[in-house]
Amino acid sequence: MSFAPATMPWFAAHEARLMWRDAVAMMTGGHRTRRLVLVGVLALAALLLHLMADAIVGPWVAGGVAADKPTLVLVTGIGLLLWTVMLSQALESVTRAYYTRADLDLILSSPASSRQLFAVRTGITAVTTLLLACLLASPVVDALVLRDGPRWLLAYPVLAALSAIGTAIAVLTTLALFRFAGPRRTRLVAQIIAAIVGAGFVIGIQAVAILHFGNMSRFALFADPELVAALPAADSLVWAPARAVLGDVGALAGLAVIGAGVLAATIALASVTFGRHAIAATAVSARHQKQVHGGGRFRPRSQKQQLRVKEWKLLARDPWLLSQTLMQILYLVPPALYLWISYGQSAGTYVVVIPVLVMAAGQLSGGLSWLAISGEDAHDLVVTAPVSPATVLAAKIEAVGTVIVLVFAPIIALMLFASLELAAITAAFALVSSSSATAIQLWFRQPMRRAMFRRRQVASRVSTIAEALSSIFWAGTAVLVAGGQYLVALLPAALAALALFVAWTLSPRGQRV
Amino acid sequence: MPDAALALDIRGLSKRFDRPVVTDLDLAVRAGEFYALLGPNGAGKTTLLRMVAGLLQPEAGSISVFGIDTRADPLAAKSIVAWVSDEPMVYDRLTPLEYLEFVAGLWKMDAHAAEVRARELIGWLGLGPHANARCGGFSKGMLQKVALAGALVHEPRLIILDEPLTGLDAGSARQVKQVLLEKVRQGVTVIMTTHILEVAERMAERIGVINHGRLVAEGTLAELRARIGRETTLEEIFLDLVAETEMAADPAVAAVA
Repeated sequence: MSFAPATMPWFAAHEARLMWRDAVAMMTGGHRTRRLVLVGVLALAALLLHLMADAIVGPWVAGGVAADKPTLVLVTGIGLLLWTVMLSQALESVTRAYYTRADLDLILSSPASSRQLFAVRTGITAVTTLLLACLLASPVVDALVLRDGPRWLLAYPVLAALSAIGTAIAVLTTLALFRFAGPRRTRLVAQIIAAIVGAGFVIGIQAVAILHFGNMSRFALFADPELVAALPAADSLVWAPARAVLGDVGALAGLAVIGAGVLAATIALASVTFGRHAIAATAVSARHQKQVHGGGRFRPRSQKQQLRVKEWKLLARDPWLLSQTLMQILYLVPPALYLWISYGQSAGTYVVVIPVLVMAAGQLSGGLSWLAISGEDAHDLVVTAPVSPATVLAAKIEAVGTVIVLVFAPIIALMLFASLELAAITAAFALVSSSSATAIQLWFRQPMRRAMFRRRQVASRVSTIAEALSSIFWAGTAVLVAGGQYLVALLPAALAALALFVAWTLSPRGQRV
Repeated sequence: MPDAALALDIRGLSKRFDRPVVTDLDLAVRAGEFYALLGPNGAGKTTLLRMVAGLLQPEAGSISVFGIDTRADPLAAKSIVAWVSDEPMVYDRLTPLEYLEFVAGLWKMDAHAAEVRARELIGWLGLGPHANARCGGFSKGMLQKVALAGALVHEPRLIILDEPLTGLDAGSARQVKQVLLEKVRQGVTVIMTTHILEVAERMAERIGVINHGRLVAEGTLAELRARIGRETTLEEIFLDLVAETEMAADPAVAAVA
């Protein structure tokens, strides 16, 4: 199919082709043979997720699902959790539409209409946000359709409307940031807002559940009779999206009109200024030279110290990394809070937080290690310096290790007050998980620009999967050890070791200077 | 035995990727010499220089820098060599001063001496107003000057530059050329690849032409002219030498000729 050049369908086809190729490259790492394996793995994952969702949904729908107030509250609460993730994703995508220079220079300098380009890119943001939401919600929705009937299929158009509204809010937020924070700060602020929105609501709900109900379940709050009683009546407009999910076609039509109308109006409003803002955004790096205060005296440092200090400076000055680390730290708030309120209670309650901390240590270490070990902008400089590769690697690992210790030490210290044994177990397995992730990054190291951080998975699917598996298995081992089930703990420990062994055997070796 | 009077002594050097890139290459550069290495795209210039800088391992042959075998004692060799690539190796989020402090630290310089030297270089290269600005917003020319300052801050005896003038404006290019000539006057050896033949013609004491991974000609401009038997420009000499080796490498081309 071909379209007239520089029209909206033509732009849409162009963007769709780029997205498809990007997605395929991301998933297969450029290896055609991996496509079949990928399809198989995805199918298996989808099946497992559907089975898990069915196990959760089954008992709930067994007694029938009525559109009463408790159900509306529960559906709305879960929908809000999902919508914050959608909003976060939309904010991230919209910011990228303004700041990704790869083709903006070409398109904006061409006679093609930047309005049309912006409309297409905003539409694509809404579609990708919807796809993400469908990916997350489809196991539950499909299980509900199978168990309780096709009325639940209306959840998908509701997600489409919510995606449109989320995208519109993301565009308006970005425009407001351009207006009030300026193009230089917009990207950083938008990324921080995206991180807080994505994690904030989930964490907030969990925090309330911990403080009020003493457990980590987010859903405890939505099922609280006091809360349900305090909320508006079941016929209130507030519950229209939930009613639409439950099969109310009138509510769905209203929501669809609002979603489409808000998105269309936002595109019409924002597309006028898109070209101007995009030009301002792409000109930021050329125009702005941030002055660093205190650029004073050179300090006597060893080679290792110089390397460590350089890594810390670069980590501290990376806005995207800061927002990601902030999000990781935000996710540690509920376990920390749980520790706080459980202070003085039996040691058993702490078992809940141990896997979260162990997994977080592994994931954070993986990201930071990639930046320090592979994300070296001046690779040639470091290699040509009279410093041994072992010293360079040791310094970089120490730099990452210090950051991890700084993040996790306060929580471990908090655990120490309550149980020395559990604090020691958590610290030990956080260290093992962190070391495993770092080791994987070390085996798969490949010099890249730091800006390629988002694409690091492309470099190696194996390292990404091994990193995730080792974190999960070490978390499982830690929780079993903490529960005194030492023999059973050998199983996840062996699986973690196996994941590491497989990663090591598949890693490229002997190709580096 | 490597000759310590030579800044660079390469013997029988070979390297292949999917095809031979450098083949049994010998090259000697005297201490304090300005040597220009010319060759068409893909001739093997960058691979050769990356092996000298320690960024690639040769498959055969030896490289010695001021008598130090780069394979036997790489750290000693690296301590007296500086490498400047065509893509400036600079951190976006460090300032020029911070970058130079880092480089000086890697070369184990005394902090005070390094600071004095860094400020001197920053002034010399016209980077003074930007000394405390992060490099992320710098132009290509400014980045190349920061990279050059990084190469000079540790007082190397041999500077290797791969296309250092690519993408620079006339003013920046002149500054870089002046700095390099000044270093040669101070006794530093400079080896540079370039596609700007006028630069090689005017600055280099000796010129080497490389093609298909082999050194096909070498000498002063006069010696190269004598070789092709015409009083002409370096551009003409270069094109003649490349055409000659192309014919020798490809019998089909030779038959047509």
